[in-house]
Amino acid sequence: MLCQKCQKRVANIQFTQIINNNKHVLYLCENCAKEEGKFKIGPPFNINDFLSSIMGVQYMTSVSPHTHEATCDTCKMTYEDFKKAGKVGCADCYKAYGEKIMPLLKRLHGNVQYNGKIPGKIYSRVKVSREIKKLKEQLNVCIKNEEYEKAAEIRDKIKEMEAREKDLEI
Amino acid sequence: MRGWYIESGPESDVVVSSRVRLARNFKDFPFPFRMKEEDEEAVQKRAKEIMVEKENNIDKFEFIDMQKLSPVERQMLVEKHLISSELAGSQMKSGVILSSDEKVSIMVNEEDHLRIQCLFPGMQLDSAWNLCNDIDNIFEESTDFAFDENLGYLTSCPTNIGTGIRASAMLHLPALTMTGYIRGVLEVCGKLGITVRGMYGENSEAMGNMFQISNQVTLGQTEEEIITNIKNIANQIISQERMLRKELHSQNPFRFEDKIFRSLGILSNARILSSEESFKLLSDVRLGVDMGIITNIDKRTINEILISIQPANLQYLVGKQLHAAERDIKRAELIREKLNRF
Repeated sequence: MLCQKCQKRVANIQFTQIINNNKHVLYLCENCAKEEGKFKIGPPFNINDFLSSIMGVQYMTSVSPHTHEATCDTCKMTYEDFKKAGKVGCADCYKAYGEKIMPLLKRLHGNVQYNGKIPGKIYSRVKVSREIKKLKEQLNVCIKNEEYEKAAEIRDKIKEMEAREKDLEI
Repeated sequence: MRGWYIESGPESDVVVSSRVRLARNFKDFPFPFRMKEEDEEAVQKRAKEIMVEKENNIDKFEFIDMQKLSPVERQMLVEKHLISSELAGSQMKSGVILSSDEKVSIMVNEEDHLRIQCLFPGMQLDSAWNLCNDIDNIFEESTDFAFDENLGYLTSCPTNIGTGIRASAMLHLPALTMTGYIRGVLEVCGKLGITVRGMYGENSEAMGNMFQISNQVTLGQTEEEIITNIKNIANQIISQERMLRKELHSQNPFRFEDKIFRSLGILSNARILSSEESFKLLSDVRLGVDMGIITNIDKRTINEILISIQPANLQYLVGKQLHAAERDIKRAELIREKLNRF
């Protein structure tokens, strides 16, 4: 049947209102029901369900049996909860779920190395610790290539930076 | 009226507005998904202390408590693009902090503790990002955000983690839509990690030929790279749209202009107008103004109309509750008034 309001579209929503024992039934199409504001027609799916399903697939294929028992100590949210909701409970959750959440982040962003703004207060410390990471990689390359002199130089630089890092942490 | 839409901006013949939004959470509280009432209050209190009660060199800010607003008042804010429909439906202690020019809106306790949004007319993504960044810095002077060296800013949903930035441009694309070439645009955007949505973001339809493009990925690139990416893609779309408009016009100028003036005729004279029809007709009139075919109407008026004809804003203007049929009549009246001033 046609929508009782616009008389143009097919009525696929039946809206029943019972006020003071009187029943009113309205047959509306989606557009008019929305316009009437009678109720919110939710989205057919939301990103959280979608996320949960992506993680579900990943869970099936991952072998480790204790994956789903990871719990955040701070807010007590389990990895299972997170998979169902698609949202984390607090800042510590990401650390608590550790490696398990990496595949999801890779799938969403294609990349799990942050490259954006660093908060002012920790800017220097983060820059130093990133520099240290880079130097350590260079050190490994030198050792592999048997460039021991260069490796020694880099090792000294790393010691220097680590001392600086300690100062900044205080 | 106040707000971004009463000004005009660069590339405004195609770009209606630019928006940058940052998602942030305080380090020392659970995220909204797991907050208790006292946490909600504490987060609100801190946001107010930092942004409303302290003076800053940006603007005067005020806090609007969601719990003190009626559903209509909440919906009005959604229609003005100042809050999301998620915040409007929130049962938590939540609110929004607004600058006096309404260019800045900071949602408190939506999906994250803070959603800092800057909205500018036309293509001004850099300005929007700079303002968001300044506000972010104001917060960071007084408090610590949840942040990880390797993952960036921590957010409730992994889709926002990292920069927490969502940069979008709202584009008016009647020529691309008319010719069907919009489908090609949508495909390419998809391949490049750009989402395309309707006028009201997530879960909205493309009404009145309005399309909102935004970045999908928030982790891996710098904020500037993300913005440059969106700008570049927007520029491609803008030049295609402009080219098609010229072509369509030159193919048959009388037919092209006839459609525009007929739409203007209906808008200026009709007694009953639904929102759906209004958006369609306003798109034609907007195109006319953009191309200099209609010379006596200001685009800012069109922007104003687009907002004031929506259900909650309309009811507010008229001053009482209206059912749909009454709204359609009042809508037509409002549009006639605003257009016939010229």
